[in-house]
Amino acid sequence: MNWPRALLTDSGGFQMVSLLHLADITEEGVTFQSPVDGKPMLLTPEDSIQIQNKIGADIIMALDDVVKTTTTGPRVEEAMYRTLRWIDRCIAAHSRPHEQNLFGIVQGGLDPQLRDICLEGLVARNLPGYAIGGLAGGEGKDAFWRVVAQCTAGLPEDKPRYVMGIGFPLDIVVCTALGADMYDCVYPTRTARFGSALVSEGVLRLTHAAMATDYRPLDSSCTCMVCKRYTRAYLHTLVTKEAMGSQLVSYHNISHMMQLSRNLHSSILEGRFPEFVQSFLQKQFPKGDVPDWVCNAMDVAGIDISMCRIPQSA
Amino acid sequence: MEFTVRACSGHGRVGSLRLASGLEFETPSLLMITRRGLPVVIPPEMLMDLHPDSRACQFTPMHFLEDPLAAVVAKAGGVHKLASLTGFAMVAVARDSLGNEIAGEEASNLGASFETSSGRRIVGLEKYMEVVNACKPDLWVSLPDEVPHWVPEKRNRESVDHTSQWLDHCLSLQHAEHGNRCLGVVVGAGSLEERARSAEQAATRNVAGFSLAGFGLGEDVAQRGFHLEVAIAKLPNDKLRHVCGLGSPEEVLQAVGAGIDLLDSTYPYMLTKECLAMTFPLKMEVPLRNADRDMQPTPDHGVASGFSLAKVNLRSATYGGGRIDETPLVTGCKCYTCKRHTKVYINQLLNSNETLAQTLLEIHNTYHYLEFFKAIRESIKADKFHEFRTWFTSQRQELGVLSLGNIPRVVSCN
Repeated sequence: MNWPRALLTDSGGFQMVSLLHLADITEEGVTFQSPVDGKPMLLTPEDSIQIQNKIGADIIMALDDVVKTTTTGPRVEEAMYRTLRWIDRCIAAHSRPHEQNLFGIVQGGLDPQLRDICLEGLVARNLPGYAIGGLAGGEGKDAFWRVVAQCTAGLPEDKPRYVMGIGFPLDIVVCTALGADMYDCVYPTRTARFGSALVSEGVLRLTHAAMATDYRPLDSSCTCMVCKRYTRAYLHTLVTKEAMGSQLVSYHNISHMMQLSRNLHSSILEGRFPEFVQSFLQKQFPKGDVPDWVCNAMDVAGIDISMCRIPQSA
Repeated sequence: MEFTVRACSGHGRVGSLRLASGLEFETPSLLMITRRGLPVVIPPEMLMDLHPDSRACQFTPMHFLEDPLAAVVAKAGGVHKLASLTGFAMVAVARDSLGNEIAGEEASNLGASFETSSGRRIVGLEKYMEVVNACKPDLWVSLPDEVPHWVPEKRNRESVDHTSQWLDHCLSLQHAEHGNRCLGVVVGAGSLEERARSAEQAATRNVAGFSLAGFGLGEDVAQRGFHLEVAIAKLPNDKLRHVCGLGSPEEVLQAVGAGIDLLDSTYPYMLTKECLAMTFPLKMEVPLRNADRDMQPTPDHGVASGFSLAKVNLRSATYGGGRIDETPLVTGCKCYTCKRHTKVYINQLLNSNETLAQTLLEIHNTYHYLEFFKAIRESIKADKFHEFRTWFTSQRQELGVLSLGNIPRVVSCN
């Protein structure tokens, strides 16, 4: 790749959830039916770590037994315990522990007791970093933030916390307030390909007819190449018609997320994080209709956002 | 705008073109393809540094006919500002080389038939010039009634008459403050007499140069040569000559040999779309066997030994399975792609359906083609254009694709 910066590889575990109708999960590993030739493929924890050792990324992920958050019953417990057994196999198979950081992934669905057991087990393994997995599925936001809060409270203070599959700016701000550090998501580029730009106020749908006569840049506070050069009106004529449209909006969206990360980082360092969160929420919810789940999460996080919220019944 | 012929070799010539904007470059020059004002896959902010000569683009007014883009380009103050390509030459060519071919049958006194985003329609003179004036190109082609060579005599004569009338009409509608930027179209595809007549008429008009049309429509190569010769013989030596529809290396050499100065070409993009990298040698001194190659062709690849790589098929399974080729597309190439990446990486991107593959290929293919044009200019300056052309065409073969997979692929050079 000739990429001189940091790299992280996933284990392939997420495929278990997204391709579930093709998967058979046993103690040995995950059997997929290859979508290319239909032949069965087995991915064991050892295989996953071996491949990740060859790729050589700075951070590698353990193979976990992932279930959808909407799953109920004994399967959730089975997956959590199996994740703990598999982390030991991953640790044993890891041939480059001094060059590559193996992160464990906390599972347990939406059940606080299961999550606790998993947390305890992974923390005891003294891994370089931890991911909070099994979220970003179909769960409600209220359940989602509570799991994140529980996990960040139970994970070591001095190691990175990576919430997997999170990418909506609002979700990232909330999770950061709750003590998370890293995120990954296809959302910024995927939404770009559908003609949506991420801006301070939320999402700008460039396909909307009103964009045809809007000669402003995508985001007035953005300094990326796209916002310096092109108008919403021009981009409106490009998206969904030219590959270049997707490219330019993707560029802006990634730039937007980088700026969000920088803002979160520097506002915390400079002791003005609550002010940043307040300003973020005011831009996203100018009418004061901040969702309940955000308010509850910020309460637990100790961030006062009362000025952002106008009670809707008033 | 100033155009000065600096050197000649046969009918081929090197010129220097200085636009009203101050931008100056040497001809014969390649015009890079754009769609709606922007390159198809090359990131616009990379265009300036792609190659020392990557300054000139073609665009099609037909993309800007309808709202909202028609209103947007007018409001932006022209296509340079719209696409943020100030500092580039933007040349308006009516024919959309990436789009549909000329039908040729439909035209009226009012305008010619073009494919637009809302289907085929007649584009009239007022509308055409409205768009041209809104776009503010550095050079623009007058509205052509372009027909292929097989149309009946009467239709061909009509196309010459239309084109000449429309040239006058376009000139009357051009914005005076933009100066003389018109390339008067010359048609006459079916008949050498008509071609001469069209050229004679255009030659008397007050234009910056000429655009030869009706080529790249399946005509016989020798016939094309006669048409180019007959037309150019009637045109003043000191004005620019552009041709549309010709883009492959052999076509470029034929056109330059006849005295053409500007060509827009989709050739690099056509290769990119087929996952091919342009690799033909550019220097006459390099021996026929490609010295960069570390792969020897084997009999079951169906390639004769000593074959010089003209193109490399990046999709080949050979990269993933057998050989891992960690060399760049062309060893020694100074383009962004070759300085950073290898054939096996691009193969991996193609196999993963990553669009980065097309971006990297297109950057290289455009760079390589600009180097080809530079080599042409160097040969003219050394008065060795004929030798260069002979050498180049003899070392290239029409079935010039080295397939490193099981099925040899044939790519037409159009």
